[in-house]
Amino acid sequence: MGTLVVADHDNTNLSDATAKVVSAAKQLGGDVHILVAGQNCGSVADASAKLDGVTKVLLADDAIYSARLAENVAELVVGLMGDYDAVLSSATTMSKNFMPRVAALMDVAQISEIVKVEAPDTFVRPIYAGNAMQTVQSSDAKKVITVRTTTFQAVGQGGSAAVEKIAAAKDPGLSEYVGDRLSESARPQLTSAKIIISGGRGMQSGDNFKLVEAVADKLKAAVGASRAAVDAGYAANDMQVGQTGKVVAPELYIAVGISGAIQHLAGMKDSKVIVAINKDEEAPIFQVSDYGLVADLFKALPELEAELTKLGL
Amino acid sequence: MKVLVPVKRVIDYNVKARVKADGSGVDLANVKMSMNPFDEISVEQAVRMKEAGTATEVIIASIGPAAAQETIRTALAMGGDRGILVKTDQTVEPLAVAKILKAITEQEGADIVILGKQAIDDDSNQTGQMLAALLGRSQATFASEVKIDGDKAEVTREVDGGLQTIRVQLPTVITVDLRLNEPRYASLPNIMKARKKPIDEKTPEDFGVDITPRLKVLKTTEPPTRAAGVKVESVQELVAKLRNEAGVI
Ligand SMILES: Cc1cc2nc3c(=O)[nH]c(=O)nc-3n(C[C@H](O)[C@H](O)[C@H](O)COP(=O)(O)OP(=O)(O)OC[C@H]3O[C@@H](n4cnc5c(N)ncnc54)[C@H](O)[C@@H]3O)c2cc1C
Ligand SMILES: Nc1ncnc2c1ncn2[C@@H]1O[C@H](COP(=O)(O)O)[C@@H](O)[C@H]1O
Repeated sequence: MGTLVVADHDNTNLSDATAKVVSAAKQLGGDVHILVAGQNCGSVADASAKLDGVTKVLLADDAIYSARLAENVAELVVGLMGDYDAVLSSATTMSKNFMPRVAALMDVAQISEIVKVEAPDTFVRPIYAGNAMQTVQSSDAKKVITVRTTTFQAVGQGGSAAVEKIAAAKDPGLSEYVGDRLSESARPQLTSAKIIISGGRGMQSGDNFKLVEAVADKLKAAVGASRAAVDAGYAANDMQVGQTGKVVAPELYIAVGISGAIQHLAGMKDSKVIVAINKDEEAPIFQVSDYGLVADLFKALPELEAELTKLGL
Repeated sequence: MKVLVPVKRVIDYNVKARVKADGSGVDLANVKMSMNPFDEISVEQAVRMKEAGTATEVIIASIGPAAAQETIRTALAMGGDRGILVKTDQTVEPLAVAKILKAITEQEGADIVILGKQAIDDDSNQTGQMLAALLGRSQATFASEVKIDGDKAEVTREVDGGLQTIRVQLPTVITVDLRLNEPRYASLPNIMKARKKPIDEKTPEDFGVDITPRLKVLKTTEPPTRAAGVKVESVQELVAKLRNEAGVI
């Protein structure tokens, strides 16, 4: 027996979150297998097979998995769980959608967003927007776990596991995919970027985000936002960093015109270096920043861009 | 069409949770408690469906201590029709909550259950998905737009890459995200009216649900704290520090 990791992917590319989940899975002991459920996703299975520590890849290539609808993926995973002690996946919107369904069908608790494996049945997870860390021991025979990937190192790429094709499970026929509006961006993704610059309500308009983007281009950074900026329509929903958005931990996080509410801090306070630019010297964001600049962002951002240009960036 | 809206009483979102000195949990004594903010969005959605004539009745349910009655009253003041309080002083994990909600959904014949995507205390993000699984129903999570169309619902979801639209078979379970709507404030007359709306009191045993936790909390600790750093005087100084001191650019 061992652990099944469900791959996060878009039918073409394996998300780098999966290599981090594998690293958590290895800490449980036993074999680590990866399940790739999708359509025309052979390239994802091949990439999965290369991950260090993975001994087998199960490939369920079928039209009913093209959009990884929760009902369908859950049905497939539950059917495989006779062979495994635990199933792990990343705490991404894809996995948050189907994993609790798997847990309920197996009558076990899901352990959400673990940041540490203490023992094969004991895990640490943040609660209350990360204001407390809870160590929990599971009494369930099988474990269903989502992994907060910011705290696990990705495994390497030296593996060569066999890929085994498996049949699709029955289609519950409960839902269908209609379409999506995915954000296109040439910039790095928020969850894997080394540098992130985020704008908040202080940006005053979506148009003003150009100032943030200009700096992002210099630093090859991803662009994030606070909830207030997303709600106001200055930025897209997938840019929200925080308790209920994306959790990030880059080497450098620059918060511009963001006050530093608990819910925002929950998503970025594990960044290595934090910079805040805010005109209010009392803003709570300064309590977590390594470097704080009290300034008007409309003056500071163009200056920052110019300084970076001087450095040849 | 009947709509069930489960609401959870949680620490107010403006309050910073503090870990008890003995590591036994989070200190909730004398802390302001409110309705989970996502659940306000669910209540708003359900009430709008009733106003639009799509829903015939909006039932509010909460599982928790006696004080959760206040949370139900708040939802009734927003426009819910009646409440069900499943009283217990124990911690109820999402799986057990889902089991109790399954029983209520079946008893009440609720066609749509609308939950928050996440409770801001346990940050589990599980209950709606679990309920859908136990009921054998479709699910539409993290909704930012909901359109009911005959025996189907078309739901736009907030996903990591942007937005995704799916069509689900009714009956269904929906969990809501931040951008679905802006919840109303209850008016004074509606708060008064809500006092007269009925709230049924039950216990988990009434539904035959075993709420024994599956997870044993071994300890609760403070997260690592960050010391505040320094203020810099200028952009030039900032860039110099980032390059020479922190080495991140
Ligand atoms: C259930 C729930 C979930 C939430 N989830 C999240 C989440 O995931 N992520 C998140 O970010 N928030 C979240 N929030 C919202 C959070 O509570 C705050 O409301 C939000 O983070 C505030 O965003 P902000 O800092 O951009 O805006 P504000 O708090 O309004 O701060 C704006 C800041 O900009 C500064 N400023 C203004 N003009 C200038 C200028 N010209 N130059 C420099 N500085 C300027 C101001 O001094 C101020 O500090 C959530 C809230 C709830 C209830
Ligand atoms: N004790 C409870 N009583 C009523 N509803 C609940 C309870 N716990 C969770 N819920 C519902 O489930 C949603 C998600 O909670 P969770 O899965 O704990 O993050 C909440 O927004 C509520 O709608």
